[in-house]
Amino acid sequence: MIRFLIVLLAGLLPFQAFALTAEEVMKRSQSAFLYQGKDFKARVMMKLISKGGQERIRELTMLRKNYGDDGGEQKFFIYFFQPADVKDMTFMVYKYPAKDDDRWLFVPAINMVRRIAAQDKTSSFVGSDFTYEDVSGRDIQDDTHSTVREEKLDGKDCYVIKSAPKAVDVDYSYKLSWIDKGNFLPLKEEYYDRKDALYKVFSAEEIKDVKGFPTVTKRTMKNLQTGHRTEVSYVKSDYNIGIDNSLFSERFLKQPPKKWVE
Amino acid sequence: MTVLNARYATVAKLTLRCRTLATVLRFTSQRTLYKTQIFTSETYPHPFFWIMVCIALISLLPWAAFGADISLHGFFQGNYSFSSRPNPDGGDFKWAEERMQLKLVASKEPFRVFIKTDAFLDHIDKNGELELREGYIDYTAMNWDIRTGRQIITWGLGDLLFINDVFPKDYDSFFSGRPLEYLKKGVDGIRLGIYPAFASFEFIAIPMFETNDYPDSKRFYMFDPMPDVTNREKKDHATNIKNTEFALRIYRDIAGFDASLYFYRGYFRQPWMMPDNPMMPAKLTLFYPELSVYGASVQGRALDGVLSLEAGYYDSRQDRSGKDYTVPNPQTRFLIGYQRQMWEDFTIGLQYYNEYMHNYSEYEINHPEGLPKDKRLYQLVTIRLTQLLKHQTLKLSLFSFYSPSYRDYMLNPEIKYNFSDYIWAAIGGNIFGGGEKWSQFGQLRKNDNMYVQVRYEF
Repeated sequence: MIRFLIVLLAGLLPFQAFALTAEEVMKRSQSAFLYQGKDFKARVMMKLISKGGQERIRELTMLRKNYGDDGGEQKFFIYFFQPADVKDMTFMVYKYPAKDDDRWLFVPAINMVRRIAAQDKTSSFVGSDFTYEDVSGRDIQDDTHSTVREEKLDGKDCYVIKSAPKAVDVDYSYKLSWIDKGNFLPLKEEYYDRKDALYKVFSAEEIKDVKGFPTVTKRTMKNLQTGHRTEVSYVKSDYNIGIDNSLFSERFLKQPPKKWVE
Repeated sequence: MTVLNARYATVAKLTLRCRTLATVLRFTSQRTLYKTQIFTSETYPHPFFWIMVCIALISLLPWAAFGADISLHGFFQGNYSFSSRPNPDGGDFKWAEERMQLKLVASKEPFRVFIKTDAFLDHIDKNGELELREGYIDYTAMNWDIRTGRQIITWGLGDLLFINDVFPKDYDSFFSGRPLEYLKKGVDGIRLGIYPAFASFEFIAIPMFETNDYPDSKRFYMFDPMPDVTNREKKDHATNIKNTEFALRIYRDIAGFDASLYFYRGYFRQPWMMPDNPMMPAKLTLFYPELSVYGASVQGRALDGVLSLEAGYYDSRQDRSGKDYTVPNPQTRFLIGYQRQMWEDFTIGLQYYNEYMHNYSEYEINHPEGLPKDKRLYQLVTIRLTQLLKHQTLKLSLFSFYSPSYRDYMLNPEIKYNFSDYIWAAIGGNIFGGGEKWSQFGQLRKNDNMYVQVRYEF
């Protein structure tokens, strides 16, 4: 009997190794999407486009450094170039797994650094269709994940994962993600509201190889209910550039070093 | 005798907070120190901002020659504030101006030059002026940096309440419905930052004393205890080494909280009044008593929001005993603030603030009969509500002060809309009331105003 069990388990092993659970897929996706490299820098152009076609621009440099393992602590530093009324503003986030982030904003007109209270789960990032959570990531354990199916999207094999929030802390009741089986980047996400209606769609339009890391360099988040959408493109991006820990400080929020933000 | 006593008393106790607004009633504002009049009423309203553009462009040339990176930004702004009743001088506006600001940055590491200059047409005084808001040069090294010139320094954690932010403010702007950034005035000084691993240090030396600005008596009704004594002289501090103000801030992270210690040695920035003859004053001297401040603050995440604590001991060096009625008593000031996002793009901010007067018994003994008396404990609460709508282009906000000590208040509702990335407009009101005719907001009760700000940024 024992021999039989051993044979059976041995037989199952390779299958277990290959068949990822939905949670493992999402973990890998989080690593590929938000934790690549030791650090990361991107010059980001955001276009906020209203239903009527009116465009607003947010141009910024985003710097990110990882502390610890994938899914662990990260620090973000954001410097705004455009529009004029937020030029030279800087914004810093210490992101922690499983607890609220610390956030600071520097207001250049009065030379003041302030902590800001904002819940990242529902707050829009600079008025765009992306929430803070879309930018910096959501804790994997905040949702229950299940594999709905596997299918091709634009010729790429994908896992389709359903993630339902365990608590009522976000605007959607669940999310479907198309995760590329090859590089684990999310190619598409659909957000469903409480009436089960699709209301927000994320799509990755361009993926480029940057220093060996597949990187989503163009993405869009579209709100189907308001018709508003936000297009994001990375004009420049780079990994493992050796960002100093000291960058993430009040000193440099007030006087961001050119070499990091340009 | 009763009348005399009352008069004596009122003069003597023209004291804390905005009651001292009255002390500057009969003075031309501090503006002249800061601003150069470039057009008189005869030449008004000539288009003068091209002069600024030329100055800015000319000043770019030497920097361009050094291969420095240069950027030029700024704005055009219209700012009008309508009084709910005619001003003391009969005018209808608390503020009415068009303004252009140029921000010039030239940088070539390790140096950086920053110049922020405003030019404006003031329709109340009917003139055009230039104002250097900030102008400094930075030098940045690995573990330290230095900033020399006119600069705005903001310390402390309070939202419109200042304990360790001992730097000059412009309350005239604040009550007149100007954009909030005009509440802060620059100081002419040196700021040295040193950043060893264990803590950060900010050391400031200000050789040129700069006072607070208070509302103008032509535009604002305020309590004046001695309207008959028009002979008033202001005694400013000479610019020399002895009178240089020093400030130090030491800060670091402690267990996830931002912690700061503050030290300041300088002067009160609000004037106090000394009569030449207490019984029959013919002349009042306005002066700025010596002050040292020792303070601390912590701020961090707590209770699903941001919690702030700040305290400071105001060492009134010329009247530690509290016996001199012309100089404020020492005080301890304390602030607790809490800010939280309640739902999407809606934030609430609450603050409780108090001032505790030391040696109150001496104050009471030396406090002349027949005039309003300060309480040992002065309390103030504030609330700020902010809702952003329409992809954060529309901002509805309300800020209010209320003092449980005097039951007076100020309300500031505002609607701000960003029409595009370049143009925004704000409409708001300043409403005052309650309290006593001499209390901080009570004395402003006849000064309700509605303001409009429109800005094009480039």
